[in-house]
Amino acid sequence: MTLSADVGVRLGSLDLQAELEVRDGELLALLGPNGAGKSTILRALAGLQPLDSGRIVIDEIAVDEPATETFIPPEHRSVGVVFQDYLLFQHMSVLENVAFGLRARKTPKADARRLAAEWIERVGLTDYADDRPHALSGGQAQRVALARALATGPRVLLLDEPLAALDVGARAGLRRELRQHLDSFDGMRVLVTHDPVDAYALADRVAIVSEGRIAQVGTLADVTAHPRSRYVADLVGVNLVAGRVVDGVLTTVSGAAVVIADAPNGPSLAVIKPHSITLVRAPDPGSSVRNVWPGTVVDVDRLGDRVRIGLGGVLPLTAEITTAALEQLELRPGDEIHATAKATDIEVYPA
Amino acid sequence: MTANERRDGRTRLPLPVLALAIIAILFFALPLLGLLMRAPWGSAWEYLTTDEVRTALKLSLICSLWATGLSIVFGVPLAWLLAKVAFRGSAAVRALCTLSMVLPPVVGGVALFAALGRRGIVGQYLDQWLGIRLPFTTAGVVIAQTFVAMPFLVITVEAALRQLDDRVEDAARTLGGSRWYTFRRVTLPAIRPALGAGAVLAWARALGEFGATITFAGNFPGTTQTMPLAVYLALETNPEEAIMLALVLITISFVVLVLLRDRWFGRRQVQTYEMQTYQLQNYDAVG
Repeated sequence: MTLSADVGVRLGSLDLQAELEVRDGELLALLGPNGAGKSTILRALAGLQPLDSGRIVIDEIAVDEPATETFIPPEHRSVGVVFQDYLLFQHMSVLENVAFGLRARKTPKADARRLAAEWIERVGLTDYADDRPHALSGGQAQRVALARALATGPRVLLLDEPLAALDVGARAGLRRELRQHLDSFDGMRVLVTHDPVDAYALADRVAIVSEGRIAQVGTLADVTAHPRSRYVADLVGVNLVAGRVVDGVLTTVSGAAVVIADAPNGPSLAVIKPHSITLVRAPDPGSSVRNVWPGTVVDVDRLGDRVRIGLGGVLPLTAEITTAALEQLELRPGDEIHATAKATDIEVYPA
Repeated sequence: MTANERRDGRTRLPLPVLALAIIAILFFALPLLGLLMRAPWGSAWEYLTTDEVRTALKLSLICSLWATGLSIVFGVPLAWLLAKVAFRGSAAVRALCTLSMVLPPVVGGVALFAALGRRGIVGQYLDQWLGIRLPFTTAGVVIAQTFVAMPFLVITVEAALRQLDDRVEDAARTLGGSRWYTFRRVTLPAIRPALGAGAVLAWARALGEFGATITFAGNFPGTTQTMPLAVYLALETNPEEAIMLALVLITISFVVLVLLRDRWFGRRQVQTYEMQTYQLQNYDAVG
């Protein structure tokens, strides 16, 4: 049971040619900047954007294939969508919103309301069942949108930037909550996001979308450590370090310590940009740099005029330096080196 | 700006502007005041209970409601077509369908004759084949009123449909709603305030319709003589009666507006509505 899609769409200046596959129970994140075509892929999967070429197959049934003039309209696909700003029906109560899909599929009214009430309970909004959507907070609206999309029991769940409409302060908590809800759905899931942190927290695999093409697919760890192009490196080629923050120091499971500028205690995710890491042969005791990690050069990848140095050790890192710096340092795989980073250059997100 | 004005954050309107605005208010208030002062209150009841008046009033209400109903049935799909479907010549179609708003209603009546009269391009066949004659009948009144009233509903509903986020309909489709189900359960409720405002506008225009009606349907008591026609006729024979009838029309319009205001409109729709009513007065002045 899989979703496989070869999406060919021409839309204005966008020329979309993207192949992707989602396995049962898997969450694939489409990661890329605005205008790359991520949302158009999602619309094509949902049936809101007919293909110009290619083919979309859900559970071995072709739902869109221009070559054979096959097109199953959105209302007959087993696909649920959580839209970017949720698009709840403002003239209906929360309960009616969640019951909408069931009613549209001819479920008797009493049954639809009972099932919708169960979904609302599952997302913890029973007290709001009779409220209008405008009375809800962003996070609550997101849960209603999720319950509404899942109530009809779709095989595929599509999420378009589900966290983008929320303010920054609320995102971390809601990201965790969304993850719990997504984990309880065992179908295929596709998430569109421009934020690597979302992808890290929610996705099993990521597909990097760039100018209508899939630039690279893999696990996030794989893609961030080994970006195959300058573009992917700039977009997601960051060091993601998971650990627990205690009093301004994040400690990883393997015992590496990362000194950070202030962040609340608790499980967190640190983002260290490769270009903010400085490599030195011998650490300077007079420096203000708070983080000095010893490591071994594992690989040297040239991407244009820059070089990505993979470091092994207690804290595996990727550093980015210029070719000139590489020649000056005369780095070779196997060399012992120190990576340094200022605490203020490290971003920390509660996980 | 004085310290006091700065404190409460208001700017005083320049005097000439204020004076002109007050003149404008008087311009609208004085005719109403004149009617109220000149009305023969002593014999009001006798005027209002004559058979003639009751017949005209009943006919006006029935015809204007029919015209409103027809405007909704045909106007909403037309508005939908104009708002949602991009087709060649849509601008021309829109202009054609709203022409009767700016056309002198008498001209509309003549045009209806040319189309639906006994010798009209369609009317002759209606007569020959089906035995249907529209001119000088109550149905003709409804046709004339619909002709001038429907555009008000169409432009109001079209504007609302244009403002509607298409993606809300997309969301309904992905949830399993067919196009028709989505239109009924999502699109229509979302434009309900505009539909209400448009229907009231169309109804008000139909109720006040004079020129097209008298041209196309004539002025026969009991079948085609609506209130505005009765007012006009009474003015020539008995001005006091005309004033009473005019006040009745104003009262009906006013009561309906107040009732609908609470029922259908949020504050913003009321403002839009009032703005459009003002336009409506203008069009009437043209006719």
